[in-house]
Amino acid sequence: MTDQLPLYQLRDLSKTYTRGKESISIFKNLDMDIVHGDFIAIMGPSGSGKTTLLNQLGGIDSPSSGQVVFEGKRIDNLSQGALAKWRSRNVGFIFQFYNLMPTLSAAQNVELPLLLTGLPGGERKKRVKTALEIVGIADRAGHKPRQLSGGQQQRVAIARAIVADPKILLADEPTGDLDRTTADEILSMLQQLNTELGKTIVMVTHDPSAAKYAKRELYLDKGEFIERGAGR
Amino acid sequence: MNEATLIRKGLFRKVLRAILMMVSISIAFFIFAVLGAVNTAFNAGVDVAAANRLVTVNSINFTVSMPYAYYGRVQQVDGIVDVTHANWFGGYYQQPANFVQTFAVEPESYLDVYSELILPPEQREAWLNTRTCLIVGQALATQYEWSVGDRIPLNSNIWQQADGSSDWDFDICGIFTAEDSSVPTNYAMFHYEYFNESLAFARDTVGWMILTTEDVSLNDQVADEIDALFANSPAETETTTEAAFSQAFIEQLGNINLILTSVIGAAFATILMIVGTTLVLAINERTKEIAVLKTLGFNSGRIFRMILTESFLLSLIGGGIGIALAAGLVVLVAGAFQSFLPGFGMPLSVVLQAIGLMIAFALVTGFFPAFNAMRIRIVDAFGKL
Repeated sequence: MTDQLPLYQLRDLSKTYTRGKESISIFKNLDMDIVHGDFIAIMGPSGSGKTTLLNQLGGIDSPSSGQVVFEGKRIDNLSQGALAKWRSRNVGFIFQFYNLMPTLSAAQNVELPLLLTGLPGGERKKRVKTALEIVGIADRAGHKPRQLSGGQQQRVAIARAIVADPKILLADEPTGDLDRTTADEILSMLQQLNTELGKTIVMVTHDPSAAKYAKRELYLDKGEFIERGAGR
Repeated sequence: MNEATLIRKGLFRKVLRAILMMVSISIAFFIFAVLGAVNTAFNAGVDVAAANRLVTVNSINFTVSMPYAYYGRVQQVDGIVDVTHANWFGGYYQQPANFVQTFAVEPESYLDVYSELILPPEQREAWLNTRTCLIVGQALATQYEWSVGDRIPLNSNIWQQADGSSDWDFDICGIFTAEDSSVPTNYAMFHYEYFNESLAFARDTVGWMILTTEDVSLNDQVADEIDALFANSPAETETTTEAAFSQAFIEQLGNINLILTSVIGAAFATILMIVGTTLVLAINERTKEIAVLKTLGFNSGRIFRMILTESFLLSLIGGGIGIALAAGLVVLVAGAFQSFLPGFGMPLSVVLQAIGLMIAFALVTGFFPAFNAMRIRIVDAFGKL
């Protein structure tokens, strides 16, 4: 039933920030559907609202008006507590600067989302191992973030994003801090997660060559989407 | 890994900082526990005072004696069960540094009034019938390794015998104990008669009288009647409860309670400010990490609980170390303090108060950082850093 519905339906979505007496509109009346298994790259100039849009999808910011519907249910009107629970079950986040906990090992960082699931310790360890194997960094499980390169840290972050088997991965400039070769490796991995494991991915990027890994590229400009065609 | 690991890792994110905060807290609780133990020891006399026991002293002050005849007159007052009297002998053993609290008492009535003192029957018999008998409290006997049968001299730094000597010879014929460990047993007693007849001066006087009333409700009436008996005489009296008498005795040294409260209060206020500010800064430093946890689905209540638990952990570890060190110190020096502060030890009441304070300390220092952490908005945190 849910597979026939779009994963997301954004309807008439607007976001306005108020700074002092000034009101800044980020986007207005956006409509958008995201289907299961999609891999969308959202591009656009700085300040165009790409990250703000991603925040709406991830339930970490609320729209000024309009609706964010996930699997047929509105999430924009949920309480902070309900949104936290919803995020833990449905969303995996990948950040530009990895945002790993510096005091935890790679494996412990990956285990973090599982602490909210109530899974027993043994099962959690199994899942962490699998996630680290998927991203090809199982041999660094005991390393602290500072002992890992940027690319390795982003792999750990991706493992953390997928370990609880979320329905959507939201990536904000996931290769923005990486060199070209490492960036390509990370993007290939995201593509693989999409094609082989069926993960739905929405990625915000400045980089046109990164966007090419997605199935769809959307260009956000002046609060409107311009579809630019499929990637590879 | 579990949430406890996450809390521990958060607390020890900067090991040196965490250790310094714990050291600060442990110092505060060390001071609290040591001074608490001293205070309890000082107040032991007040705590063990019987409610129906009154003390009559010269109204000038308790170091000035009263005529012996008063003893007989007080016995006639209605509402009294037993009366006894005592004189301060002072006393030291072999050299002035070996201070021995010694009283000259009326042997039979003293044991009736202080019924909490335990003396084996054969020793009691010897005590009542031997003029030179000295009965010694268990703590004192242990301190000087005295036992029944020993003959010892005690020197008075106040009194003198008719022959010019200030040494009295005694036969230890009993060692008294008490069922309640808080009752002091760090003193010795001997016969008033032996004392009085050998004095070079101030014969036939008593230092103070102790009496028990039939009922606590009669205390005021009995006290008033006794003091009225000797009103307008050269040696007027003042009769108070034993607790009030003990309190007045302690207050000769100053208001111990106020001094201790001021020292403890100053230590806690300073450390509260230091730890509180450090915790706020430490949590502020982790804004982005907390935002990540929230992004992953940790709700605000959980974040609040985790940060507050860090504060509890900090307070309990630091406080626990402080209390343990204080208990160790008290055990080490208790022997040396035995003659001055009998029952000097780490009372359970001080430990329980310390635990209560640790909880309060954790709440005060942890609440605002936890509240701030709970209120962190993910979007703001990522925008800020």
